[in-house]
Amino acid sequence: MATASKAVTDSRANLPFVYRQYSAEQLKQVLHKMYLIRRFEEGAEECYTRGLIHGTMHLSIGQEASAMGICMPLAEDDQITSTHRGHGHCIAKGAEVKRMFAEFFGKTTGYCKGRGGSMHIADVGKGNLGANGIVGGGIPIAVGAALSSKMMKTGKVVVSFFGDGANNEGAFHEALNMAAVWKLPVIFVCENNGYGMSTSTARSTAVKNIAERAAAYSMPGVIVNGNIFSEVAEASHQAIARARAGEGPTLIESKTYRHRGHSKSDRNRYRTKEEIEDWMSNRDPIILFESELREFGFIDDKGIEAIRDAVAQEIAEGIEFAKASPSPDISETGNYVYTEQA
Amino acid sequence: MDAMVRELSYAQAIQEAMAIAMDMDERVFLMGEDIGVYGGAFQVTGDLVERYGADRVIDTPISELGGAGVAVGAALTGMRPIFEFQFSDFATLAMEQIVNQAAKMRFMLGGEVSVPVVMRFPAGSGTGAAAQHSQSLEAWLGHVPGLKVIQPATPYDAKGMLLAAVADPDPVMIFEHKLLYKMKGPVPEGYYTVPIGKADICREGRDLTIVATSIMVQKALDAAAALESEGIDVEVVDLRTIRPMDKQTVIDSVKKTSRLLCVYEAVKTLGIGAEVSAMIAESEAFDYLDAPIVRLGGAETPIPYNPELEKATVPQIPDIVTAARDLAKGVR
Ligand SMILES: Cc1ncc(C[n+]2csc(CCOP(=O)(O)OP(=O)(O)O)c2C)c(N)n1
Ligand SMILES: [Mg+2]
Repeated sequence: MATASKAVTDSRANLPFVYRQYSAEQLKQVLHKMYLIRRFEEGAEECYTRGLIHGTMHLSIGQEASAMGICMPLAEDDQITSTHRGHGHCIAKGAEVKRMFAEFFGKTTGYCKGRGGSMHIADVGKGNLGANGIVGGGIPIAVGAALSSKMMKTGKVVVSFFGDGANNEGAFHEALNMAAVWKLPVIFVCENNGYGMSTSTARSTAVKNIAERAAAYSMPGVIVNGNIFSEVAEASHQAIARARAGEGPTLIESKTYRHRGHSKSDRNRYRTKEEIEDWMSNRDPIILFESELREFGFIDDKGIEAIRDAVAQEIAEGIEFAKASPSPDISETGNYVYTEQA
Repeated sequence: MDAMVRELSYAQAIQEAMAIAMDMDERVFLMGEDIGVYGGAFQVTGDLVERYGADRVIDTPISELGGAGVAVGAALTGMRPIFEFQFSDFATLAMEQIVNQAAKMRFMLGGEVSVPVVMRFPAGSGTGAAAQHSQSLEAWLGHVPGLKVIQPATPYDAKGMLLAAVADPDPVMIFEHKLLYKMKGPVPEGYYTVPIGKADICREGRDLTIVATSIMVQKALDAAAALESEGIDVEVVDLRTIRPMDKQTVIDSVKKTSRLLCVYEAVKTLGIGAEVSAMIAESEAFDYLDAPIVRLGGAETPIPYNPELEKATVPQIPDIVTAARDLAKGVR
């Protein structure tokens, strides 16, 4: 990955991490992708409302900087495990939105050929081993992938995304312990959006910060503002370096917020309108990043407009692609249960 | 005394049963994920937290193994917990406490203790929630001595069987099909129980017996109504309890009709249909059979997301009609 030249970095010496680390082009790419996530979620939501997508879905609107900050410093063949709120992770790791839409429409061109839907969105080719319907289900799997990396000497780093709710599952504790004991190249990323469904962390979790739990497993526990891209990316960068050096896992707690309800059937009874409003208008990760980019002279209004237009077109094309794609045939109900013999 | 009978949904019937149980016995309390202010993922607990308080309607962290275990421990020591799994699929995370502990504790301790815990499992497909939120795992638990496993198919039974479960001294596992929650039906006010371990002949007929469970009971009744115009007279038996199974009701029905079709949503192989068929094959009803027993169950696959595939994966009314007609007419 090309990074900013020395001359450029010197002139940015006092700026936050990402502005020293990445080229202007890369930073614009990040903004582009954050918009892509936002508009993808909005597009999926609209398709759902119009009855084009069925089932349920969990939108990550408000958590874009967290997904991008963690994934930006990863190499293409590094891997992630994701969650039920996994659309943003998938895009951040490099997925094409048209194949994601196709999956949500239940089409054969979707990433899971219409078998998985939103809750199982994956992009194995880009190292996304899959969202998960089971809270905490991906955490030990990431440790297993990291064990493969170590045993097969591939040098891959594995990131496990999970929510604050997942830190109370046994799988979280068992997985962190093994990763630490075996010094595996894995990064645990807890996206703490304050609630597991309706249950606040204050009501569910004995520690104030989930990062404190790292101490129990002798690994660094890092807290970042998950709505500030640079903070997240810097923590990710350091954890990746540690993992690649064979020093073992890190637990990153990325504090963020979901703007939408938990799923499509949430009446938001457990939080106030004011709270939601505050996060939406004062701490929106895209607005925060965009104004920094503008302030530091990386982009102007025209550049932002161009990104928004390009994203809008990509989303529209993605939805059209999904609509036009074929559905699986009923005769294929039994496919993929076992590995097909050649 | 005839209690007032109203139309309630299946979910409302369960909620009413839980309220009655809590009113009658202060040891009864509810535990589960998001059952308080959220009202439960399927709005079954609804506003009970407002009426009974957060001490009796307890939101747990997302900790199924621990949560189920806490319910077992409380039941072991004098309380009467009703534990809600958000989806029956998450029983897989709690299998240790259900199978190794709750089911066996009384036995292992030589009858010194009992575990009067009730666990509720929203189950089944049809909601587009894909492979990890759509399973029918009741036969897994039905395989474990020490547990009682029930599948009420109507609002009336949902209330009466839940109250029977709370009164039962042993662990009772209730599988509630998610698509039934909105189903309406007559439910009397006040306390009544529907016995665990008793099947229900919900339609009498002469030509063949359909033994169905849960959501398949209504589908079987619809299929039976469709076949009536063809002159095929179907008897529908709602098994209601899969452990301990009411063998006699099924045996008597098959002796009368001489033909048996088992219909259930769970994966066909090694399921309830296998048990019912084998039970008939071992019984005196075997000699009365005029045709091989037929099973209609779920396809041998996880539940897919795509809605057409999802429907094709579990028995639908036309499938039951065809299977029943073929069986009645001797088509193999
Ligand atoms: C084992 C398990 N338990 C419960 C659920 C139901 N459920 C799905 S998401 C969720 C909340 C998860 O909260 P968190 O981990 O904080 O992630 P967030 O939704 O906030 O992104 C719950 C309870 C589940 N899918 N899996
Ligand atoms: Mg959360």
